[in-house]
Amino acid sequence: MRNTKYERIANNHKAPEKRLQNASISFFSGGLMGLFAEGIIQILCMMFGMSRVDSATFMIVFFIFLASLFTAFGFFDKWVTKLKCGLLIPITGFAHSMTSSSMDYKREGFIYGIGSNMFKLAGNVILYGVLSAWFFGMIRYFMGGIG
Amino acid sequence: MLLFNSFLFCGFICMISQIILDNTKLTPGHITSLLVTFGAFLDSFSIYDKIIKVVGGGALLPITSFGHSLIHGALAKAESFGIMGIFMGMFDLTATGISAAMICAFLAALFFKPID
Repeated sequence: MRNTKYERIANNHKAPEKRLQNASISFFSGGLMGLFAEGIIQILCMMFGMSRVDSATFMIVFFIFLASLFTAFGFFDKWVTKLKCGLLIPITGFAHSMTSSSMDYKREGFIYGIGSNMFKLAGNVILYGVLSAWFFGMIRYFMGGIG
Repeated sequence: MLLFNSFLFCGFICMISQIILDNTKLTPGHITSLLVTFGAFLDSFSIYDKIIKVVGGGALLPITSFGHSLIHGALAKAESFGIMGIFMGMFDLTATGISAAMICAFLAALFFKPID
């Protein structure tokens, strides 16, 4: 009885979540990131005459470099609170999690601090990516779709 | 046209993950793992390659393309080396991303102090 009353009062005073606004903000910020990616690829193709695959590699390295740099300067966390998932889901989020965890554990030393904590947040992406790629690759291999 | 498509595709993936983040108890770590698995699933039947042809750079940027390039390299090596090729070629295409991220993260930790 007391519990339900407490929950009702707590729900009344909770800050309203702006779900629609969050979704549209992340749509536009994520879309802008995609637009920049494609724009960088096309500029590199036109100005330096690279192939699309080469310029895509350059683009990914460029985005990772920018994300690490802005995380190091401390801007990135403020932008994430404003732009939501638009910055976390592209490859910039991956670079951000690695940079921030290695910077946070810097004071514990180079080996046990930076070395062992670098993949603290980003390790799940690599583990489950490799696991699922192995699983689906085995299925595809035994179905005889390749070679 | 590719520019517009990449705006739509990248924005769509970010919007979906924001909706999942708001309405369930999953954290960003869960969502990125889910998206990587989803990308690997899509590429196991070469659907993601067709998406990249239509969308362009917007499909290479989200974390789904990480799963895509893992399985893509594995299957490309499996063509010539048999079943061991799946293990050999796993990191062929993603090696640039992972090593660039590791080097940038280490250099950032070396030269900068965390700001609280």
